[in-house]
Amino acid sequence: MSQPAESAKAAPRTAVLTVEGLDVTVGPGVRAVREVSFTLERGEAVGLVGESGSGKSLTCRSVLGVLAAGCEIPAGRITLGGSAGEQDDLTTFTRTQWDAVRGKRVGAVFQDPASFLNPSLTVGRQLSEQLRVGSGLPRSDARSRAVELFTAVGLHRPDEVYHQYPYELSGGMLQRVLIAIAVSCAPELLIADEATTALDVVIQAEILELLNRLRTEQGLALLLVTHDLAVVAESCDRILVMYAGEIVEDGPTAEVLATPAHPYTEALLRVASIGAWERRDLEIIPGRPPETGAELPGCRFADRCAYAAQQCTAGPVALHALGDHRRARCLRPAGLLDEQVKEEAHA
Amino acid sequence: MSSPTASHTTPSATTHTTPAAAPGLAPERKGPAPLLELAGLNVSFGRRATSLRRAGRTRVLAGIDLAIGPGEILGIIGETGSGKTTLARATVGLVRPDAGRIVFDGQDLTQLDRSGLREFRRSGRVQYMFQDPLRSQDPELTVRQIVAEPLAAVGALTRQGRAERADQALTLVGLDAEALGGRTPGQISGGQRQRVSLARAIVTRPRLLLSDEPVSALDASNRNLVLSLLDRLRRELGLAVVVISHDLSSLAGIADRVAVLYRGRLVEQGPIGEVLDHPLHPYTALLTASAPSVRREHRLLPSQLRAPAASSGTQSWPDDEGCVFAQHCRFADDACRAEPRPGAVTDTPASAAYAVACHHTATWRDQLG
Repeated sequence: MSQPAESAKAAPRTAVLTVEGLDVTVGPGVRAVREVSFTLERGEAVGLVGESGSGKSLTCRSVLGVLAAGCEIPAGRITLGGSAGEQDDLTTFTRTQWDAVRGKRVGAVFQDPASFLNPSLTVGRQLSEQLRVGSGLPRSDARSRAVELFTAVGLHRPDEVYHQYPYELSGGMLQRVLIAIAVSCAPELLIADEATTALDVVIQAEILELLNRLRTEQGLALLLVTHDLAVVAESCDRILVMYAGEIVEDGPTAEVLATPAHPYTEALLRVASIGAWERRDLEIIPGRPPETGAELPGCRFADRCAYAAQQCTAGPVALHALGDHRRARCLRPAGLLDEQVKEEAHA
Repeated sequence: MSSPTASHTTPSATTHTTPAAAPGLAPERKGPAPLLELAGLNVSFGRRATSLRRAGRTRVLAGIDLAIGPGEILGIIGETGSGKTTLARATVGLVRPDAGRIVFDGQDLTQLDRSGLREFRRSGRVQYMFQDPLRSQDPELTVRQIVAEPLAAVGALTRQGRAERADQALTLVGLDAEALGGRTPGQISGGQRQRVSLARAIVTRPRLLLSDEPVSALDASNRNLVLSLLDRLRRELGLAVVVISHDLSSLAGIADRVAVLYRGRLVEQGPIGEVLDHPLHPYTALLTASAPSVRREHRLLPSQLRAPAASSGTQSWPDDEGCVFAQHCRFADDACRAEPRPGAVTDTPASAAYAVACHHTATWRDQLG
């Protein structure tokens, strides 16, 4: 490890979530997620990025056990390794077993907060319901705890908000309510699937700050699923890039953004939002991803890749280690190519 | 001016704090007559009585002064509920304003009666591109039929002629008319669907295109593709485009000017590079500081700009008194809350007009922590 040994000793790494060799099919033989493996440490924020259809939402739905009908997990293990040290495979869990996991050890927030709330109940009642069912708090305690949680997620006048219905609150406030519900039972892991996509930039920045604060205060691990590389750049320690069902790159955010190893990451970076306001030609990623579940002999990005060589399409490309804490699924990692090859490719 | 405007051509004569009854932001325009001009536009919606408030009207837009020239791209930014969509809808005559003028190509749309307005809309000179292609495209029609639809409203061409024009429009937006023309919206990708929406919007050869968040549902590559197309179309067809977008960075890549809306008022407008690079209004500064970026280059942090007790709550419209942003502004003082909103107009040395509505344009940066 290139991290200082002292810090590794001081805070032993505890995996909160381990996904190993996960495959998800969306129909008979249609593999939309392929051999996805990663771990999340306690208090770590990991950004899962990729285009729509890359399998990032299927991956986090598998972790939550909420795959749509017709989707199956033919291979792979998902385990939550918390302080208690249980090592159970979530993919084999029954409904009753899931009840002890969802909302308790794993919380989740999604893109459209309004659709996860009951429009005919006040938001306070919905949070205290979760507290009574999830943590077994008596009615009066649940109420005061709910107001505390509303305060913790930055809602102003929490006593008033408690008595409001979802339609009375703005999108940003609803997302805060959802976050309060998601963290009410002190989960080890919070999954945010495009949780800020529908919000405007000012509110998005506030919600990202809130998630970051909860992470530090409660030691929560955060899996942030987004198609916006800029959001990950702002808020995650580590980045996982998915393309056509596979993880193609994995590493510390700053390093990956500075020297992307996979050409797809490099392409994402070229089209991402930058904090500059000049007039310019907006770049695109030419071509499009293969059909969901398409079986290709070699690299799945090869036909869109500027650096693709013959060996890329000859056989499967493994996700191999680059140094101690980075992985890339590329035979010619872009960051390691010499400048001449790069120039020729882009010319 | 003690604000750090070093590398910048911001106006030195920032004549703000004009509590006189300057009703809105009316930048002086030079050069050719604008294609579209909004002057003193007010829009309100009827409100039903609730247990808390009597029935009345909710002001959605107030004192909007805006202009756009042929071949110009104007970006409109602002938070949810700030009136961006209403502004675009009023411009095509889908919402009737209470006051103000909407002059398109010399014709005042507010003077038209119902049938006159319908005729104007059907002429196809102004087109509207909706946010969600899945919901604005008939799933049963083919791509070619969807694109040809507005031509049927114009009613000038034969069936055959309409199909040909539809194919031309599809080609203009970079789609293969031959291959995709016969498919339904469900059979093409999200990025392609949004390009079909664009083809439908330009098929009548409009002079002005209003696009309401054309790229919010798209990933970065498709977003850039659609925005680049808008940029190309304005160059090739002289099309004027109004783009509502949350993505400031990519918007800055193509737009000429930007107008910043906050709670129904224009708080700042001017050349997009200038406005975003060195905002004169604290709200614009908060927007640019909040925009996510893969490179951390912002000079200011959102936390430096938020009011200490900023609440995203629903608060009453501050009527005509005071600055609309005052409740959420870190730099607001009594003057901002009490005095009429300043209609400060600043004229830059350059040709483009610049306007900002703030009492403290010149001084708020000095108070940054």
